[in-house]
Amino acid sequence: MRWIWIDKFLEFNSGKNAVSLKNVTLAEEHLHDHFPGFPVMPECLMIEAMAQTAGILCGEARNFKEKVILAKVKKAVFFHFVRPGDTITLHAEIESIAPEAASTVGKIMRGDTLIAEISLMFSHIDNNISGLEFPEENFVFTDMFNSLLTGFVDEKSKTEQA
Amino acid sequence: MAMSREDIYTEVEEVLIDALGVDDDEVTPQATLMGDLGAESIDFLDIVFRLEKAFDVKIPREELFPAENIISNPEYIDNGKVTEKGLEVFKEQMPHTDFSAFAADPDVNKIADLFTVDSVVNFIELKLK
Repeated sequence: MRWIWIDKFLEFNSGKNAVSLKNVTLAEEHLHDHFPGFPVMPECLMIEAMAQTAGILCGEARNFKEKVILAKVKKAVFFHFVRPGDTITLHAEIESIAPEAASTVGKIMRGDTLIAEISLMFSHIDNNISGLEFPEENFVFTDMFNSLLTGFVDEKSKTEQA
Repeated sequence: MAMSREDIYTEVEEVLIDALGVDDDEVTPQATLMGDLGAESIDFLDIVFRLEKAFDVKIPREELFPAENIISNPEYIDNGKVTEKGLEVFKEQMPHTDFSAFAADPDVNKIADLFTVDSVVNFIELKLK
């Protein structure tokens, strides 16, 4: 099982930027403990949701040939709580991309309210960690991630990758 | 218009402060990126990306920080020391780096100390020429 922290993409401009959406609900059990009587979406999971949005964006930019791993949180600033019932949108933009790595900038919004600013760095691990070997198959981009892109990226490029 | 070395230094300092989360008084010309400023491998890429943006240049990573490619070649390393031949390659590929201290004791473990704030400034200076 993978924990997927985005529900769908709203925009996807290959190699440039993407916008995803997440609905936050009390059906997410961790919210019952975080915190009892005052459920808020944990900030670390907002970083993960941004990492998934930006990571898929960076992965697709290289046709899912790279294993894209979150390597560094360059910036994470939070301005408001996110509560059950909220819909947040995650806006990610590629700042730089190279054979070994990519860097992204992004923000999380609730309507017009700025919730967070999150900038990340991803490592393309096959090109970047010398001497280490990783499994042949791309364990980062699984079917569940691919299904999020249905309608945004043509099916052909996805089957090529499989 | 060409940038003065001072301008370049100020910009590099800014990049290192942002990329490594260090204070401005920690960034000195002699400070080593890994030993003194705590840079890890992904930080080198972060620094490269930020320098590209700050100076509007293209920087292949192995140009600024080529050590990795060299030490993986057995011809250039013998018994934990960089060989004469290896040192030649280093000097050729890293004209922005001061090898005077390293050449006296070319211990592989000291390669990290070659990457100083000054060497980054030198690199940019050469790149902008």
